[in-house]
Amino acid sequence: MSEDKNPQVPNDQNGDQKDFDKRLQRARDLSAGVNQGGKTGLPESGKGKAMRIGTELIVAIAVGGGIGFLIDTWLETKPWFFIGFLFLGNAAGLWNIFRLTSGQGYKVGFDRDKQSETKETE
Amino acid sequence: MAEAHNPLEQFVIQTWIPIKIGDFDASFTNSSAFMLLAVIAATALMVFAVRPRAGVPGRWQLLAELSYQFIAKMVSDNIGKEGRPYFPFVFSIFMFVLFGNLIGMIPYTFTFTSHIAVTLAMALVIFFMVTIIAFIKHGFHFFSFFLPAGVPIVLAPLMVAIEVISYFTRPFSLSVRLFANMMAGHTLLKVIGGFVVPLGIFGVVPIAGLVGVMGLEFLIAFLQAYIFTILTCIYINDAIHMH
Repeated sequence: MSEDKNPQVPNDQNGDQKDFDKRLQRARDLSAGVNQGGKTGLPESGKGKAMRIGTELIVAIAVGGGIGFLIDTWLETKPWFFIGFLFLGNAAGLWNIFRLTSGQGYKVGFDRDKQSETKETE
Repeated sequence: MAEAHNPLEQFVIQTWIPIKIGDFDASFTNSSAFMLLAVIAATALMVFAVRPRAGVPGRWQLLAELSYQFIAKMVSDNIGKEGRPYFPFVFSIFMFVLFGNLIGMIPYTFTFTSHIAVTLAMALVIFFMVTIIAFIKHGFHFFSFFLPAGVPIVLAPLMVAIEVISYFTRPFSLSVRLFANMMAGHTLLKVIGGFVVPLGIFGVVPIAGLVGVMGLEFLIAFLQAYIFTILTCIYINDAIHMH
């Protein structure tokens, strides 16, 4: 790669290795500080969130219906498990959306803080 | 240009080299070819770009180092120190999806990430891997995943069913998100592109629109790779740090 011998690079950059390490460390600290704000998951625009909520709901219903259908074909109880699991899937989808919009992200289960609180009170 | 214009034609799988293993169709298709291309391109970037090992990196080396650092930071932010062993996996996923998306942006190429077969296969690998990791790390404590603490015992069966479904939803929502975004974007490009020639001189209007959508598609190509990867990180984190 010929770009590496860039003549525009000032001479002092190649000079002292210690100095370079120091400046590298400084740059790293700086970028680490800058990025700390956005580390809680995905960068979210309104449209992105809407897309996500839509897929979440549809997929959950489809998965619920699929599980119900499989149980039905297995136990030969057609449509009952299918119908039941459609509703369960719907509930799961809404539950996921609730978790997303209340800022608990994609984690399964309840908010950790809440959970540790309830454990302590028990 | 009077040829039939079908916006979904670009997603057709063409068999290039037919291979049959028993009844199983393992043909080498255009999809396989572009997957191979993505792997080769990603490997080439990582191997050749860092070859100079310059203290002050050139453009290619910087690109490789930046992508490394980007994922390394994502892994350490989302999983923590225990995430280091999973870095190669996460990084491979990211590069594969990103290159698949970006190569698909070149005209006349095939976008393999626009097929749910591909994305679902990747998502299922992640799903099973994460489940197995959770089992190895936590044993049967894993099942406490599905019963949130503090739920009244009457509601427990319902909550467990809902949580189980919600857990099984993961690979599907992961794969549908990537595939739907890529397929919708490419179809949109083709549909708008179909207006250009019939409109004659007024075709400049859809062309202007196309330029904008094209830029948006590049953003989406990157963003979807990012989302796919960060969700992988979040799932691995869930499996490792289960409460």
